[in-house]
Amino acid sequence: MSEAIRFILNGEEVTRGDFGPTETLLDYLRLRRRLTGTKEGCAEGDCGACTVLVGRLTEQGLRYESVNACIRFLGSLHGTHVVTVEHLAGRDGALHPVQQALVDTHGSQCGFCTPGFVMSLYGLWLSNQAPTRADIESALQGNLCRCTGYEPIVKAAEQVSQNRPSSLFDPLERDHIQIMAKLWSIHSEADTIVVEKDGARSIVPASVAAFSDILAEEPDATIVAGATDVGLWVTKQMRLLNPVIFINHLTELQSVTSDETTITIGAGVSYAQAFDLLTDEISSLGRLIDRIGGQQVRNMGTIGGNIANGSPIGDIPPPLIALGAELTLRTHAGRRTIALEDYFLAYGKQDRLQGEFVEKVCVPRPAEGSHFAVYKISKRRDEDISALCGAFNLTLDAEGKVGKIRIAFGGMAATPKRAKHVEEALLGKEWSWETVSAARNAFDEDYTPLTDWRATAEYRSLAAKNLLTRFFLETAGAPTELRRFELEEA
Amino acid sequence: MDKSTFETKPIIKGPMHSSLKHDSAHKHVTGSAEYIDDIPEPSGTLHGGLGLSDRAHAEIVSVDLSAVKAAPGVVWVMTAADIPGFNDVASTGQHDEPLLATTKVEFHRQPIFAVIAETRDQARRAATLARIEYRDLPHWTDIDGARENGAPLVVEPMVLKRGEPETEIENSPLRVQAHMYIGGQEHFYLESHIALAIPGEDEDITVWSSTQHPSEVQHMVAHVLGIANNAVTVMTRRMGGGFGGKETQGNHFACLASVAAKKLKRAVKFRPDRDEDMAVTGKRHDFRVDYDVAFDEEGHIHAVDVTYAARCGFSADLSGPVTDRALFHADSSYYYPHVRLASQPLKTHTVSNTAFRGFGGPQGMLGAERIIEEIAYATGKDPLEIRKLNFYGKRGSERTVTPYHQEVEDNIIAKVVEELEASSDYQARRQAIIDFNADSPVIRKGIALTPVKFGISFTMTAYNQAGALVHIYNDGSIHLNHGGTEMGQGLYIKVAQVVADTFQVDIDRVKITATTTGKVPNTSATAASSGSDLNGMAAYDACRQIKERLIDFATRQWKVGRDKIEFLPNRVRIGSEIVPFDTFVRAAYYDRVQLSAAGFYKTPKIHWDRKAGRGRPFYYFAYGAAVSEVAIDTLTGEYLVERTDILHDVGKSLNPAIDIGQIEGGFVQGLGWLTTEELWWDAKGRLRTHAPSTYKIPLASDRPKIFNVKLAEWSENAEPTIGRSKAVGEPPFMLAISVFEAISMAVASVAEYRVCPRLDAPATPERVLMAVERLKSIG
Repeated sequence: MSEAIRFILNGEEVTRGDFGPTETLLDYLRLRRRLTGTKEGCAEGDCGACTVLVGRLTEQGLRYESVNACIRFLGSLHGTHVVTVEHLAGRDGALHPVQQALVDTHGSQCGFCTPGFVMSLYGLWLSNQAPTRADIESALQGNLCRCTGYEPIVKAAEQVSQNRPSSLFDPLERDHIQIMAKLWSIHSEADTIVVEKDGARSIVPASVAAFSDILAEEPDATIVAGATDVGLWVTKQMRLLNPVIFINHLTELQSVTSDETTITIGAGVSYAQAFDLLTDEISSLGRLIDRIGGQQVRNMGTIGGNIANGSPIGDIPPPLIALGAELTLRTHAGRRTIALEDYFLAYGKQDRLQGEFVEKVCVPRPAEGSHFAVYKISKRRDEDISALCGAFNLTLDAEGKVGKIRIAFGGMAATPKRAKHVEEALLGKEWSWETVSAARNAFDEDYTPLTDWRATAEYRSLAAKNLLTRFFLETAGAPTELRRFELEEA
Repeated sequence: MDKSTFETKPIIKGPMHSSLKHDSAHKHVTGSAEYIDDIPEPSGTLHGGLGLSDRAHAEIVSVDLSAVKAAPGVVWVMTAADIPGFNDVASTGQHDEPLLATTKVEFHRQPIFAVIAETRDQARRAATLARIEYRDLPHWTDIDGARENGAPLVVEPMVLKRGEPETEIENSPLRVQAHMYIGGQEHFYLESHIALAIPGEDEDITVWSSTQHPSEVQHMVAHVLGIANNAVTVMTRRMGGGFGGKETQGNHFACLASVAAKKLKRAVKFRPDRDEDMAVTGKRHDFRVDYDVAFDEEGHIHAVDVTYAARCGFSADLSGPVTDRALFHADSSYYYPHVRLASQPLKTHTVSNTAFRGFGGPQGMLGAERIIEEIAYATGKDPLEIRKLNFYGKRGSERTVTPYHQEVEDNIIAKVVEELEASSDYQARRQAIIDFNADSPVIRKGIALTPVKFGISFTMTAYNQAGALVHIYNDGSIHLNHGGTEMGQGLYIKVAQVVADTFQVDIDRVKITATTTGKVPNTSATAASSGSDLNGMAAYDACRQIKERLIDFATRQWKVGRDKIEFLPNRVRIGSEIVPFDTFVRAAYYDRVQLSAAGFYKTPKIHWDRKAGRGRPFYYFAYGAAVSEVAIDTLTGEYLVERTDILHDVGKSLNPAIDIGQIEGGFVQGLGWLTTEELWWDAKGRLRTHAPSTYKIPLASDRPKIFNVKLAEWSENAEPTIGRSKAVGEPPFMLAISVFEAISMAVASVAEYRVCPRLDAPATPERVLMAVERLKSIG
C-alpha cells in the first residue's frame, strides 16, 4: 500500500500525501500553488471558469480532456497530467495560437472567464484538427461568458484551426512521449493508495478486485467516479465525506463492447466516451448525450454514476429503460443483474445493497425496423437539467399494429419511470393518429408531476403528451424537432 | 508630380477612432490579469462568511451563536451591535437597508451576522451553525402579492403627463386595455462580489473592492465605521463583470470586511459563494405593465396611459431612478400625442433590486413594443408598419416632444430602420416566413424588426461629473487615472486613446492605473453608459491643461508664436525645429513646468424637475435597430434564433472593435433576459434559481446562428462629446427585444396573426407553449 498520489502538474512531477478526500483541484491550484489563472466562477461545474486539462492514459494513448477543477477532487488525479493556463504560453512568453486567436478576435472583455475558454478551446485544438461550428459550440457548452456574446470566441476557434503551427510549438505535443513515459511509470506501481489527513481517508484502489474488497470492508464509503454530482455535495452542501474511494482511473470499468444484440457499457465510461460510440449506434441517444452538461462534465461524468445516484432527472435512465437495459451490480462475492427500471425504488432510494457497486449496463440494440427516439426538454437547450426527458421504443408488427412499445420518462415522477398506462393504450392497436390521440390522456394515469423552477406540472403533463405526438409524426417521416445544425452542417 | 501623395502621413499607435485591443487582452488569455482574489494576501489574512436568514419576513426572537463561535478556526462573530458607526448601507440615504439585520428580517437570505475565520471554508461551515428563532410575519414576493396586500412604495412614484390622455382615450376609435409581466434578471458577472480590507494606522483603511462605484464604497465604509471619508481608500483595478450588479451591491462586502479588519487589526477578505452572491444581492426589477392605448384603424397612436409596477424588494436601493428610467423609455421611439405614465415602485419581501444594464429602460421599452403589437394585431398589419407610423418626427415637425417634455433633437431612427430593413431583406423574408408557416404544422417561424432609442445621462443631474488625473513623468511616460472603473467594457483603453491622441504619442507610453479614491475624489458610479463620455472628457481636460503649459513653455523657450507649435506623432514641431516628445518634456521639467493636471468635466445642457415631470434629463440619444428571425416548436415551446442583423449608432466610434463587442455582448445578454433567464421564488419566499445549474444564461449555442452586426458609420453625435462618439454600454441590450417579438410572431401564426399573443417575459419554452395553446383555443 502506498500513502501518496503522484501526478504531473504542468512541467513538474508532484507527490502528495497530505490532502483530505474532498480537497478540490481548484483550491489546490489557487491556495497551495498560487496558480491563480484558474478561476472560481460557480464551484459547481456549470460555468467553466476553472477549466483545466487532465491528461490520462487510455487504450488510445494519452488523452487530454477539459475538466472542471472546482469539483474535481485531488484524490482522483493519480497518474494524470494536469495542465493549467499557465502552461500554455511559450518559454519566450509568446502566446499559444489559441491565446493569440482570442486576442486577435477581441474575444475577452472582463477576462474572468477567459482562461477557462482558453483551456476549452485548447482541448478542442488538441483533439480536433478541423472542427465544425457544431463541434466548437459543443466544446464550449460548459463555458459561460457574460460579456462578449460568444461571437468572437467562436471566431477565434475557427481561426486557430485554420492556422496550425508545427507541433514543436505546443507544450503538450512537444513533450508527449516524455509525459506518456512518466505516466506509465506511475501506473506501473500497481498499489492501492490510501492518503489520510486529519482522520479522513482517500482510497485509490489498484484494481476493480481491490475496489470490491475495500468496499466490503468500508460499506459506507462514498464512491466517486466523475464527481459531477458528489462535487456539489462538498462545495454547496459542505458535506464531510469519509472515506472516499476514487474509481475514475479503473480502466477495467471503462470498456464498451458490442455484439449483434447488445451494447455493454462499463459503469466508468464517461459521457464523452459513450457519445463517440453511441452517436454511430443509436443516433438519438448520441444527440441526447451532447446535451448533458458541458464538455467538461461529459469528460468527467460517467454513465454508471448517472444511474447509480438515482436522480429522477438524470438523462441516461429514461432512454436505457425504454431500450430494456439491464444493470449488473457487483460485490466482492459476486454479481447480480436486474432490469434497470427496477433499480429505482423511490425518491433517493435505489436497489443497491451494502458493499455493492454498479459494474455495467447492458443495452439491447433497437430491433431492426423498430423506432427509437429520446427527447429532452429544458429551459436552455444545452447544459441544462431536464424539465422532462422522454424515450420511446416502438416495434410495429407486420400489420402496422403496435407489437412492442416501451416508454420511459424522467422529470415526471420521483424516479425515472415507465408510462405503462400509455403503453397499454397503444399495444396491439393500429399505429395511427386516432390511437395516439386517445393514448395521450393515459399519461395522466402514469404521472403526477411536480411544479418547480424548471417547469410547472401543467407544462410537464402537456409536453409529455406532445412528445408522444412528436414521436408519432417522426415515425410517419415528418421531422419536427428543431435542430440548430442540420446533419450536413454538423 | 507631387511626391507627397505617395507619402502616408505618420500616425501614432492608438489614436481615437481606431480598433485597439482591450488593454488587458494579453493578460486575460494568459491568466495573469489580477482580480481581487488573485492578489497575494497579506500575512494573517482572515476570511468572512455570512450568516443568513432562512425566512422571507419575520421578527428575530433570539439568536444563539455559541456553536458558531466554537467552530474550528473561528476568530470572531460579528453582529449589528459590533458596528462602530451606522448600521446602514442604504445608497439613497433613506436608512432602509441595514448592514446586518437586528430585530426583523425582510427577505430570505438577508445577512444577520458574519463569521470571521482563519480560512474561507471554516467561515462558511461555521456560518451554518447558528440557532435563530423567528416569529413569522406575512410575506409577499411578487407584484400582484404586493398589490393585494396594500404594500407600501419604497420611494415616491413618478408621473409623466402631456396632453389630455383621459379624454383622448375615450374619444378614439379603437382601444386596448391589458397587461404584461416582465421578469427580472440576475447579473451573473463571472467574478462574484469580493472585498479585501487592509487596516492601516490611526483610522486608516484600504479596501480592494470589486465595485463600479469606489467612491460610494469609500463613503459607506466611513459611514459604517463612523470615521471621515479621508481615512478610507478604495481601489479597483478591474472587475470580472459588473453590468450594474456592482453599482451599489459591493457595499455590503466591503463594509463587513472593513469592520472586521479594524476590529481585529488583520486583513479580512469577503468572497461569497456563487449561490450566496445570487441570493443576497439585488437583480433587475420585474415589472407588471398595465396599459390602456387608444388608436385608429390605420394604426396611429392617439393616447396611452400606462402604469409600470415594479418588484423593488425590501428597500429602495436604486428603485427610484430605475422605475423613473422605465417611464423615460415607455415611449421607445414613438411619439405619443397624449400620454400619462406612472410608476409604482412596490415593496416586496425579496432582496432589494438594483441597477442592471439599461436600468429600467428595457422594461419601459418592452411595454411600448407590446403596445405596438396590440395595434398591429388589432389592425391586421405588420408591427413594423405600425412602428414607422408612430416614430418621432424630425426636428421642426410637431412630433418631437417626449412625455417628459424634452424635445428629441437628434432623431435618426427612421434612417437606421430604413437601412436595416433593406440590408436584412426584411420584407422578402417576412413574406417567405408567412408562406412557410402556412404549410408547417409543427415548426413555425417569426421575424421582427425593433428600434432602440436610449437617453444618455444620469437622470440624477449631479452624477454627470467626472475627474481625471494625468501626469507626464520627466522621461516622457504618462500616468493616467480617472474615476471610471473597468469591468470589461474597454473604458480604460478608450480613455487611454483620448490621452494618446491629445498628446499625439503612442499609446504604449500611457500607463493605465487602477481606479482609486485617493487620486480622483467624489466620482460617480461607472454606470448609465456614461463611462467614456464623462471620463474621456475629464482626461481630455487634464491633457489640455498640461498641453497649454507645454505650449506656453515652448513659446518662451523657442521664442515663437503659439501657431508655430504643433504636436506631431511622438514629436513636437516648434517653429522650424522638430523635437522628440520626451526631449521636449524633459526640457519643460528643467524649466519647472508643472507636468501634472487634474481634469474635470460636467455634462452641459441637462436639468430635470422630477416633481413637475419636465426638463431635459438627457444630453442626447443613442439609436439602433435589430431584425431577428426565430423558429419555434409548437409541441414543446422550444425555439432557435436563426438570424439577427443589427445596425447600431455609436456616433463616431472611439474604438469600433470595443463598440462591436459591447453590441454583440449586450444583445446576447438581452436575449437571455427575454428567453431562458428566469428567477423563481417558491411559496416560502425562497429564490430557487440561485446558481448556474438552475439559472440559465445564454451559451455560445444560444446566440443567433447568423449574427451580422454593423455600426451606423455615418453617424456623429450632434453634441460635442469626446470625439463626437456616443455611449454604448446599455443601448444594445434592448436590441434583443427583436427576438422576443419574433417569437411572438411565430406564436401569432397559429391564430393566423389575428390575435396578439400577449407573451410574457421571459419567453421560456413553457411560456411559448402556453401562449400557443391559448391562441389555438381562441383561433
